[in-house]
Amino acid sequence: MKILNIILSAFRALQRNKMRSFLTMLGIIIGVGAVIAMLAIGQGAEYSVKEQIAALGTNVLMVYPGAQQQAGVRSGAGSATTLTEDDALAISRECPAVQYISPGAFAGGQVIAGNLNWSTSIQGVGSDYLEIRQWLIEYGDFFTDQDIKAAAKVCILGRTVADNLFPDASPVDQTIRIRSVPFKVAGVLTKKGQNAMGQDQDDVILAPYTTVIRRLSHFPNLRFILVSATSLKDIAAAQTQISELLRMRHKIQQYDADDFTIRNQTDLAATATATTQVLTILLASIASVSLLVGGIGIMNIMLVSVTERTREIGIRMSIGARARDILTQFLIEALVLSLLGGITGIILGVVGSQVISSIAKWPTIITAFSIILSFGFSIAIGIFFGFYPARKAAMLNPIDALRYE
Amino acid sequence: MIHDLAPSLAGTNGSLIQIEHLTKVYQLGEVDVHALRGVSVNVSKGEFVAIMGASGSGKSTFMNILGCLDKPTKGSYLLEGIDVGKLSRDELAMIRNKKIGFVFQGFNLLSRTSALENVELPLFYGPTSNKIRKVKATEALERVGLGDRIHHYPNQLSGGQQQRVAIARSLVNDPSIILADEPTGNLDSRTSVEVMGIFQELNNNGITIILVTHEPDIAEFAKRHIVFRDGKIRADKVNSKPKIASEVIKDLPLIDDEEEAA
Ligand SMILES: Nc1ncnc2c1ncn2[C@@H]1O[C@H](COP(=O)(O)OP(=O)(O)OP(=O)(O)O)[C@@H](O)[C@H]1O
Ligand SMILES: [Mg+2]
Repeated sequence: MKILNIILSAFRALQRNKMRSFLTMLGIIIGVGAVIAMLAIGQGAEYSVKEQIAALGTNVLMVYPGAQQQAGVRSGAGSATTLTEDDALAISRECPAVQYISPGAFAGGQVIAGNLNWSTSIQGVGSDYLEIRQWLIEYGDFFTDQDIKAAAKVCILGRTVADNLFPDASPVDQTIRIRSVPFKVAGVLTKKGQNAMGQDQDDVILAPYTTVIRRLSHFPNLRFILVSATSLKDIAAAQTQISELLRMRHKIQQYDADDFTIRNQTDLAATATATTQVLTILLASIASVSLLVGGIGIMNIMLVSVTERTREIGIRMSIGARARDILTQFLIEALVLSLLGGITGIILGVVGSQVISSIAKWPTIITAFSIILSFGFSIAIGIFFGFYPARKAAMLNPIDALRYE
Repeated sequence: MIHDLAPSLAGTNGSLIQIEHLTKVYQLGEVDVHALRGVSVNVSKGEFVAIMGASGSGKSTFMNILGCLDKPTKGSYLLEGIDVGKLSRDELAMIRNKKIGFVFQGFNLLSRTSALENVELPLFYGPTSNKIRKVKATEALERVGLGDRIHHYPNQLSGGQQQRVAIARSLVNDPSIILADEPTGNLDSRTSVEVMGIFQELNNNGITIILVTHEPDIAEFAKRHIVFRDGKIRADKVNSKPKIASEVIKDLPLIDDEEEAA
C-alpha cells in the first residue's frame, strides 16, 4: 500500500471521529505550545541578561571586595571590607592598562523634593563614571573632582527620578533631601529607557562616592571599583595588573586566595547565562511533562481505536493486508494526530509567546531550535506511543479479528 | 519472498486444491472441539462446488482454512501445488490477496466507505497504480450490476447490493478461486438467485467457486455437492444438471420490480 494512500486513509479515519481526534490532539497541542512558550520565555531572559551586561560597555572590569566563591557566586557585597579608596587611587596611578576608574558606593532611600517623594537607589561614583558607562548628561553638569574631594552634597538625577520629583520645573540647582541630607541637583542624565529585562535604567541618582560614604551609608569602604581598560585587547592586561597590585597592597601570601574579585564582561555573562539556562531547562522540562501526558492520550485513543476496529482489521487481512500494512496504517494515524497537534501547538506557542511578551512586558525569543525540537518531539511521541497499539493490531490473527464481536 | 508462489507442477494432477487428512481441533478450556476430523478432497480448476451439511458440521472451519484465514491442526493443503502450511504470515496474506476472493454471509464491508473504495481495497495491498485501481474496481462493480451505485455507502445499499459489492471486491484482483460462506444466508429468495446468477457467470468465465449453503435450492446451481457431517465429508457427488439462474429468475414471481429494500 502506497504511503500517500495510507496517509489519506489515516486522515479519513481521524475525520470520522472529529471530536475524539481533536481532544487527543489537544493534549499534544497544549504540550508543544507550552514547551515553545517556556523556551521562548527562558531564552528571552537569557538574551536580556546578556544585553544588560553588554550595556555595561565592553572593556569594563568590575572589582568587588571579597573572595571569589564557588560556581562564580559572590558573597554579599557587605560581607568583605577589603576595598578602600586608596586601592582605587593606586589602581589609577599604577596600572597602565587602566584608562578610567570610578570607586563605587551604594545607598538606598527616600528622596524628598518639596512635597513630593520618591524611593530609589543612590549610587556613589567617581568623576569618570560617565566615561566608563558611556552615559550622557542631558542638561546641567556632572560633579567635578573638586566636589568629590570635598564630599560635596551634589547629585545627578536619572530621568525617572527627575520626572517624579520635578514634574513641572527644571530640577537643576534645586535642592532635594536624601535621608534628610540636603543635596543640590547639578544635572539630569539622558533618558536610557528600559533595559531588556524591563528594568528602568533611569530610576537612579548619582552622587560623589565620598559623599555617599560619609553622609549616607557611613560604611567606610568601597562596594565596588568600576574600571575601563585602555582598549578591548588590554582587558586581560588590566585584570592582571589590578590583581597583582591589590595582592601586594593587601599583603596576600603567594599561595593564598585573593580577597577581592575581578569580573570582566565574559565572566558576568557566563554566570548570568548559566543561571538563565537553568531557568530555561526547568521551564521546558515542566512543559514537556504535559507533552508526555499528551502522548499517553494518543496511545490511549489508538488502543481504543484498535479494539473498535478489530473487525476492520480482520476484513483488511482477509483481502490481503500484511501485518506491516496494518502496522503502518495505525502508526501513521498516530503520527498524523501527533504531527497535526505538534504544528498547531507550535502556532499556539508562537502566538502565546507574543501575547505574554506584550502583556507581561517580558521579552520572549522563539528560535528555530525550539521549533525543530518541538516538531521532532511530536514525531517521536507519535511513533513511540503509536507503536504499541499499532503492533497490537498487526499481530492479530485474521480469523480472530474477523470473528471479533 | 522465500517460497516460490508459482505453481510447482511436481505432484500436481491439475488440481487447484488438494487436501489430505485435514483436521482442526479447537481448544475451549479443558475441552477439545473436533471441528474437522480428517477431510480429504480435490477441487479442479473451473469447478462450482456447493458445500452443505448440518449446523456445526465444520463447513465454515473448512472454508476458513481454504481461504488461508486459519491454519489446520493437522493435514496438508496444497493450493495450485503450493503447500500453504509452510508459508509465512506475509506469504499467506499475499495468497489471500492474489489468489483467493472471500465472500462472507455478513458481507464484511468497511462501513462509511463507498462501494468503490471497498472494491478497491484488495488492490491497495498490491502493486496496482491508483488509476488502474479505480478502473478495475469500477469494472468489477459493473460486472455485478452495480455500475450506478459505486459512490453509495454500505448503509445506503440493500443486503443484496451489499453482497454484490462484496462479490465485486472478491473478484477485483482476478483470483483463481472465490470462496463464499453462506453468501445468500441473509438474502431473500429472488435476490439469492440473482447472486447465484453472478456466481454462475463468473464460473462460466473460468473462476473456480466454492460456496457453503444450507438451502438445497441454492445448491442446485452448483455443479458438485459435498456434504459435511461431524467434521467429515459424508457425500461428494456431481450435480449433472445444475439449474441456470438466469432462467430460474424469469419464472420467479415479481413482487416489486425494484425490490431492493435491505
Ligand atoms: N473459534 C472456535 N472455538 C471453538 N470452537 C469452535 C470455533 N469455531 C467453531 N467451533 C466449533 O467447531 C464446530 C464447527 O463449526 P463451524 O463454524 O465450522 O460449523 P458450520 O458447519 O459452519 O455451522 P453453520 O452451518 O452453523 O455455520 C462447531 O462445533 C463449533 O462449535
Ligand atoms: Mg458456518
